Amino acid sequence: MAGKTLFEKLFESHVVHEQEDGTVLLYIDRHLVHEVTSPQAFEGLRLANRKPWRTGSMLAVPDHNVPTVNRADGITDPVSREQVSTLDRNCQEFGIQEFPMNDLRQGIVHIIGPEEGFTLPGATVVCGDSHTSTHGAIGALAFGIGTSEVEHVMATQTLLQKRPKTLLVRVDGTLGPGVTAKDVVLAIIGEIGTAGGTGYAIEFAGSVIESLSIEGRMSVCNMSIEAGARAGMVAVDEKTIEYFRDKPFAPKGEQFEQAAEYWRTLKSDPDAVFDKVVVLDGSEIQPQVSWGTSPEMVVPVGGRVPDPDEEPDEVKAEGMRKALAYMGLEANTPITDIAIDKVFIGSCTNARIEDLRAAAAVIGPGDRVADNVKLAMVVPGSGLVRAQAEKEGLDKIFINAGFEWREPGCSMCLAMNADRLEPGERCASTSNRNFEGRQGQGGRTHLVSPAMAAAAGIAGHFVDVRKYK
Amino acid sequence: MQPFTVHQGIVAPLDRSNVDTDAIIPKQYLKSTKRTGFGPTAFDDWRYLEPGEPGMDHSQRRLNPDFVLNQPPFDRASVLLARENFGCGSSREHAVWALTDFGFRAVIATSFADIFFNNSFKNALLPIALSADTVDRIFKAVYSQPGLEVKIDLPAQTVNVPGVDQFSFEIDSFRKHCLIEGLDDIALTLKHADAIRAYEEKQRKKTPWLFNDLNAGC
Ligand code: SF4
Repeated sequence: MAGKTLFEKLFESHVVHEQEDGTVLLYIDRHLVHEVTSPQAFEGLRLANRKPWRTGSMLAVPDHNVPTVNRADGITDPVSREQVSTLDRNCQEFGIQEFPMNDLRQGIVHIIGPEEGFTLPGATVVCGDSHTSTHGAIGALAFGIGTSEVEHVMATQTLLQKRPKTLLVRVDGTLGPGVTAKDVVLAIIGEIGTAGGTGYAIEFAGSVIESLSIEGRMSVCNMSIEAGARAGMVAVDEKTIEYFRDKPFAPKGEQFEQAAEYWRTLKSDPDAVFDKVVVLDGSEIQPQVSWGTSPEMVVPVGGRVPDPDEEPDEVKAEGMRKALAYMGLEANTPITDIAIDKVFIGSCTNARIEDLRAAAAVIGPGDRVADNVKLAMVVPGSGLVRAQAEKEGLDKIFINAGFEWREPGCSMCLAMNADRLEPGERCASTSNRNFEGRQGQGGRTHLVSPAMAAAAGIAGHFVDVRKYK
Repeated sequence: MQPFTVHQGIVAPLDRSNVDTDAIIPKQYLKSTKRTGFGPTAFDDWRYLEPGEPGMDHSQRRLNPDFVLNQPPFDRASVLLARENFGCGSSREHAVWALTDFGFRAVIATSFADIFFNNSFKNALLPIALSADTVDRIFKAVYSQPGLEVKIDLPAQTVNVPGVDQFSFEIDSFRKHCLIEGLDDIALTLKHADAIRAYEEKQRKKTPWLFNDLNAGC
């Protein structure tokens, strides 16, 4: 019999019950909650007179609506304020641990989960948020769910699931200098397409993935959903285990060693069989820049905006034309000729300490944000990331170069708070979605790595970080 | 949940791939803490000429005449037709609530994103995946006869497109059963409460660290 994939090990160990048609009742260990997708679920519990099954498995945090400046003054927008205070009230009423807006530990839900040791290897992790896939980087089975499912998990500690198929994405070789985890995942999506992972759980493996830090692996798994897959994961190794030593909610002492022993089994067996395998050569990956309105519309920084007239598939060509019109771009323009109006360094993809270090590293003494750039902002992923960055003096580097140093939250990744693009504005963004209107109605998003975003801010247009320094 | 058995209605052709949930319901409307009222702002950026904000009287806003759902008879459509990867992106169930609140009972597309697909069943919106070729034939039929009504028969798992053909579609037997009966998932799952408790007992011994629970206020 063939061995098991990591996915199978995680999934099988959480099956409570299986129906004849293969629908599985899957046990959920960790449930993260934020203010946008939870109010209707709490309301549903109340209407049905139900209680959460296990409040201790839940951690709540407001992140999408919170302001990134003058936070001590509260939220000005009354609708956002109401949503955040609804979360506070619900957590109080049901007895759920919350990091409120002004708690030092507050941050983007997918940044604080691992940072607190709340999400752990071997766990099933859900959240009413598609980027829950991030937590797969630590060898967890993590995926986003809708609000009805949030209510279902609250009430029953389980979810009804069908087994997805398994996809192995192996990135071999070694990355060149200046090429980061973000470039790897953008290149993967460029290769397999935004629906390439639909119906699959992805395991990322190969020497490039192994060489990444846990933070880098999180950037990769974060964007599994942009490849269509609800879950992306990486096998546990010693880096994973070290990452969880001393995290606040992680097991301690003897229990830690017991857990670590189990965590070491969380990898695909050598003879495990995947439904599909995709292999990329890491040494060929270059810094990436997206040019369109879907994350698969991406090219290496040395390339040009593609030409729809050269696309043989007419439906695709039409999609490209629509994207170019929205983005205000001409086919065949060199990527490095594209000037930008704003820079956003942040989001659950790229707002961990390593990302801020990478962005700060391209800023030389005396460098200033270019005159044509109206706003360049750095939004740390959590209060603890912010504090760490300040300890290392990164905030000074950003501020001296003219970047704004903000308080943690989702911010301009989706522009639910006051941070947004105006119609027609073009942004170099480290976030994960370049959909129409994502960063503000009519806004134009180019997805890049933190180093590429910082360099574009200084140059005023996209540049190849490898030649830049 | 409202049951779904047989539905007949006008098909609106939304001729795009990768229709994402940000497009179906833009973020500013996610600030609502309700499940209802999202219909007037479904496809807001495409549907209106000026940007919208929560709390506006949307009936007073200027409609974009080029957008298909503003053109009669498609403004009365209850079946939406699109191409591949429909509902990709954010997990927001608000996208499904916006479609059902607009009046849609079913979406026909070449393929669906996983989370949107799951969310649909929780709200009696039937997502039907058909081959690219079939979807293309339905588009052509709708373009040549605007106002064309299709008949969706869930028990029989068929879509009847008059003058074109009758197509079969796949659906899990459990989901089909829940839709036809209009069942509440949570009540069904709670019938397994003993199995859930037994699982917890067993796991508490195997992986005790996953049961170090957080306490509010700690
Ligand atoms: S940072 Fe962006 S992608 Fe991540 S949770 Fe927040 S809004 Fe979603």
